[in-house]
Amino acid sequence: MAKSPSLFTATFRRDLLLAFRHKGEMINPLVFFLIAISMIPLGVGPDKEVLMRIAPGILWVMALLATLLSLDNLFRSDFDDGTLEQLLISPHPLYLSMLAKVLAYWIATGLPLTLLSPLLGGMLSLPSGAFIALCSSLLIGTAAMSLIGAVGAALTVGLRKGGLLISLIVMPLYVPILIFGASAVADAAQGNPFTMQLAVLGAILIMALLLAPLATAGALRVSVNG
Amino acid sequence: MTVAPALLELRNLTCERDERILFARLNARFYEGQAVQILGPNGSGKTTLLRILAGVSRDYNGEIFLDGKSVIDQAWEFANDLLYLGHLPGVKKSLTPLENLRWYAALQGSVEDEQLLLALAEVNLAGYEDTPCYQLSAGQLRRVALARLVFSNAKIWILDEPFTALDKSGIAQLENRLIAHAEAGGLVLVTSHQDIRFPQLQILNLQDFAENSTVGGLVRG
Repeated sequence: MAKSPSLFTATFRRDLLLAFRHKGEMINPLVFFLIAISMIPLGVGPDKEVLMRIAPGILWVMALLATLLSLDNLFRSDFDDGTLEQLLISPHPLYLSMLAKVLAYWIATGLPLTLLSPLLGGMLSLPSGAFIALCSSLLIGTAAMSLIGAVGAALTVGLRKGGLLISLIVMPLYVPILIFGASAVADAAQGNPFTMQLAVLGAILIMALLLAPLATAGALRVSVNG
Repeated sequence: MTVAPALLELRNLTCERDERILFARLNARFYEGQAVQILGPNGSGKTTLLRILAGVSRDYNGEIFLDGKSVIDQAWEFANDLLYLGHLPGVKKSLTPLENLRWYAALQGSVEDEQLLLALAEVNLAGYEDTPCYQLSAGQLRRVALARLVFSNAKIWILDEPFTALDKSGIAQLENRLIAHAEAGGLVLVTSHQDIRFPQLQILNLQDFAENSTVGGLVRG
């Protein structure tokens, strides 16, 4: 018979399974993204020139807010049912388990957001030449935001009402991602190269990959302690 | 000094919560083959002590030794030797009992699926393998958590109120499992408000270590 998988695989699989069992929670940020973006042309007016100019910024800001919306759930249920403390006292490296959790979370939220974005870009009359920039910047950006957001979620999981606090902790850290992400899309929309912005986003992602799981594990220890 | 080092030794353990000392200068030695019931009124720090021993909480003064060496220097060995069942059952309600145990199996190392099914049968949950846990009763949820004891290879079992919500036969089964574990050379630390039927149960009363009390040592029951 097959042996049990490593804790990384098991945690990753379990969290994906949980995400798909709680479809409502998973769809929430997507619905928010969809509704918020489709409101923009109604509020701003259907002027193509104006929409095209604000599209990169709007798409990125909404994607950021949608990510923020679901962040509180990342460790909440694990904390409430006691599996979090079991994970913390296990003899396995926490870095990997945290990575597994964030990866599953990103596949359930960031990835669908990225896949949905060209459709909404079209709604804001973003030129189709910018779709690649939009998708690739969101792909890297949402992954980095999930990793960084996990630190905020870990810090506030012990508090009953941590929702707003997460935003306050995490927002400043999202600013560079937002600036470079939106500027990549804006440059692509004008037909300019956007590799520089993607490179910076990639660098941020690598930094987050290296440091965020460690910070998350440390923050969880503090939260569970109290 | 005893010749053989105690499996688990607490030296001068003091824990303070919100400027209130829960217990102070707690000294105790636990050996292989022992079962210890930790007693004390509500709020005396039983759960806190277990959380400290399990490594969940690090909010204490004093030292803990495993096999004569400080646990801080051998955190990995300690975590490997330990099974902790806390106040919260640690069972995900939207997963089935089998899926829950699979994750615990990965936490522990390698356990085959048949063993997990066997463990579920052992705690009278055969037939519930694929029922989502939110459909189970509180007692059955507790049994899912207790199924971990069946396939565990940890030496030290730390159980916080494991009898909660169990029916009479469940309690008897669990008592037998604890006896068997102690006889096989394991160590059981348990809190419970009810009397445990156990041949050589030892009692650690936290009231002896409440503030201003200087009595020390493990009282034989």
